[in-house]
Amino acid sequence: MTQATVGKWLDIGPVVQIGPGSARTLPVEGGEEIAVFHTMRGKFYALVNKCPHRQGPLSQGIIHGDTVSCPLHNWRISLQSGEAQGEDEGCTPTIPLKLDAGRIFLLREAVVPQFMPSQPSSAAQSA
Amino acid sequence: MRTAKEKLVVIGNGMAGCRAVEEILTRDPDRYEITIFGAEPRVNYNRIMLSPVLAGEKTFDEIVINGQDWYEENNIALSGGSPVDHIDRDAKTVVTRSGQVAPYDKLVIATGSDPFIIPIPGNDLEGVVTFRDLDDVENMVAAAEKGGDAIVIGGGLLGLEAAHGLSLRGMKVTVIHLMPTLMERQLDEAAGWLLRQELESRGQTILTGANTKEIQGKEGRVAGIELEDGTRVKADIVVMAVGIRPSTGLAKQAGIDCERGIMVDDHMVTSDPAIMAVGECVQHRGLCYGLVAPLWEMCRALADHATDAPTGYPGSVTSTKLKVSGINLFSAGDFSGGEGCEDIVMRDATRGVYKRLVLKDDRLIGAVLYGDTADGNWYFDLLRKEEDLSHIREGLIFGQAFASGGALADPSFAVAALSDDAEICGCNGVSKSTVVTCIEKGAHSLDAVRSQCKASASCGSCTDLVESLLSLTLGGEVESGPQTMCSCTSFTHDDVRRLILEKQLKEIPEVMQELHWTTPDGCSACRPALNYYLMCAWPGEYVDDQKSRFVNERLHANIQKDGTYSVVPRFFGGITNPRELRAIADAVEKYDARMVKVTGGQRLDIFGIRKEDLPAVWADLNAAGLVSGHAYGKALRTVKTCVGSEWCRFGTQDSTGLGVKLEHATWGSWMPHKFKMAVSGCPRNCAESTIKDFGVICVDSGYELHVGGNGGIKVRVTDLLCKVETEEEAMEHCLAFIQLYREDAHYLDRTAPWLERKGLDWIKAQLFDDPQSISRLAQRFRYSQQFSQDDPWAQRAAGDRKDLHSHLAEVRPLAMEKA
Repeated sequence: MTQATVGKWLDIGPVVQIGPGSARTLPVEGGEEIAVFHTMRGKFYALVNKCPHRQGPLSQGIIHGDTVSCPLHNWRISLQSGEAQGEDEGCTPTIPLKLDAGRIFLLREAVVPQFMPSQPSSAAQSA
Repeated sequence: MRTAKEKLVVIGNGMAGCRAVEEILTRDPDRYEITIFGAEPRVNYNRIMLSPVLAGEKTFDEIVINGQDWYEENNIALSGGSPVDHIDRDAKTVVTRSGQVAPYDKLVIATGSDPFIIPIPGNDLEGVVTFRDLDDVENMVAAAEKGGDAIVIGGGLLGLEAAHGLSLRGMKVTVIHLMPTLMERQLDEAAGWLLRQELESRGQTILTGANTKEIQGKEGRVAGIELEDGTRVKADIVVMAVGIRPSTGLAKQAGIDCERGIMVDDHMVTSDPAIMAVGECVQHRGLCYGLVAPLWEMCRALADHATDAPTGYPGSVTSTKLKVSGINLFSAGDFSGGEGCEDIVMRDATRGVYKRLVLKDDRLIGAVLYGDTADGNWYFDLLRKEEDLSHIREGLIFGQAFASGGALADPSFAVAALSDDAEICGCNGVSKSTVVTCIEKGAHSLDAVRSQCKASASCGSCTDLVESLLSLTLGGEVESGPQTMCSCTSFTHDDVRRLILEKQLKEIPEVMQELHWTTPDGCSACRPALNYYLMCAWPGEYVDDQKSRFVNERLHANIQKDGTYSVVPRFFGGITNPRELRAIADAVEKYDARMVKVTGGQRLDIFGIRKEDLPAVWADLNAAGLVSGHAYGKALRTVKTCVGSEWCRFGTQDSTGLGVKLEHATWGSWMPHKFKMAVSGCPRNCAESTIKDFGVICVDSGYELHVGGNGGIKVRVTDLLCKVETEEEAMEHCLAFIQLYREDAHYLDRTAPWLERKGLDWIKAQLFDDPQSISRLAQRFRYSQQFSQDDPWAQRAAGDRKDLHSHLAEVRPLAMEKA
């Protein structure tokens, strides 16, 4: 895991490992599990893998447009803002993500808050 | 009065370099003494027209922008075929590789970009070419003359143009694209699908999601490629068209600030005030451009600056067209959607047209047009002007002629303006006056109009028109019609099912296109329904779409409230044995399951399995002969039985045996909703057959068949369907009833509401009016079972779709330990 120890961005592998309309998970030791989404339109997003309602694993929901429907109670969550859509209220923290040269990168401090000792509070939890 | 002219040197004789010079000359023709260095030994030509040259539609002479005479007339010294070696900023000179030294007062770097070569084995073999300049085109043309197979790596704009050119020149072309959709940067899934269909119909092979592992050679020449998944494709030529990168070598070497491209300000000036840069080699406000339109804008700003009238370049919004003859495709701005964005989608299946506009705050921010691009320029103009479009929003998707037509901007005015004999519904030849008469005679809803005069009853593309006529004629008293399938479509479930068969629709994007879906990729309600309808309609052909399945079906296990899963193996007819029980007990211990429970359907449910462990659990259960119980699926669940004549004092027939037979015949079948059965051995009904979707009660004289029961939220007792004499008849009736339900019910309708909606008489009529119906329905069911009676667990346990169960990676904060 040497790639996890340098740079502002964390390389989590090639774009092709997540097909369009699907999502995969990234467990973080001492942190929240992250879900990385690839929409049918080719956009990538990363969110903490928990629905604000009853903590359902959003990574397992059906993805449509820029939203995912939680597999537990069908709340629709915006992949871009993490906000629940429609009548529901609640928000899931988002993780900044970028693509470069066919690979997916997540903002390290949002993934692993421990890397930033001067900011003890968890960026992922407080975002 | 100037005594000596300033010296302007331009590195790059391409589109940007020469355009910059042209712009300067129009502003002040006498100001500079100009020298242009070009790496290619040619005059200035239009690089974006190389595709038509490759396709044989144009010759080189036709794409020359400035010929030799232009250089002469304007006293420009052209050094063609002399690449620049370095820039000496202290001496203010440019030195070529051949040693020529040219002093400058102002320097313009217009080195453009280089094609990106993927770093894979074999990329240096003979026959591997890029698609960048005329030499490349000549290479390709020479290869094509020998015929054979061509591979184009890259399904973007450039790659597809190369592929088109090579096919026209008679080669058999395979396009290898890393991403799942062609031209994914310009097109969404729907437009990408249409494009792919078109290219495939022209004989190209398109492989998406395909990652090239290596290029294979034979005697130093390319012979084919191998993909990551092991697929091999042979080739006589491989064109690499995966992208370009700004050519920054010279600038970097001279110590000019570069990131991805040469950094320039709004006046195209680099970190050295005497040096400007323009074109694909630059990075402006963080962006690099690979298209021609921004280049013209940059050249204007550069020339303004170079002639002391600085204006500035604010960056460009770009649009794309594919230069492949017969394919109309336009894309501009940001169409990827997101927060606060609204989509307006129009699909006209008959004309093969797909249009999608993306609006944000009533302003157009993106557009994708396929099939009809006539309004591309107008949309692009609206997009660049960032105009507020709320006043023409209604008609926007119909294009400029419609939306800008004053009163026509309101669609109902447009309909009102139509003459009485104007055709409303092309499919059924229905005129406006016919529709209006039909409405006046009492058809006050869309559905009523559809059934009475057939307008909008076929392809549905005139639905909007009919609705406008309804509100126009009735003055807003339109009755709401039957519930549409979801908000993505104006069709009902019944319409969709019927049209899938009528129009032979076989893929989800095809249904969405043909039936005018108003969203680009549907929603979580319509995707699973379409997936089921297509599977039911085309059992032998349709490929299941995992991304349209609810998690339980995707993972073949039930998700529980804590995110773990439960697993239920099948006990045929409720029977098990020591070997199976032992395997279940072992799995419970081995995978730390937290509970085992007897279900209401006579089976054992193992709770608390993690997603990652599911394949291993299944492998262990499979090894003991257990298969998936489909307890997670909209599918055949259980067949509950009593012990019947074999053990029971009252049992009249072998209910256990019949239950086992029924389950063997029906397991694995997908349904509109979960489907439960039971067989009771006598009228005491210990198996509770009268609250099942299909229940059998054995009596002395035969078998009573019951349907439409439900023990769920709303308890419903079955209706008696009929009585039969033999076990074989009971089986056949069961299969026929199931197939009728599968072919007719709405997705997520259980048999109880379905039966109440259709009526028992209707169901009986379907089954019994024609003596052949039972066997025909049962036969269709058996046919579809050939394809669905594979244990889904076995495939997963064997490693299929591993990605669904494994994590991407794992992050452990090692830095903490280091610190």
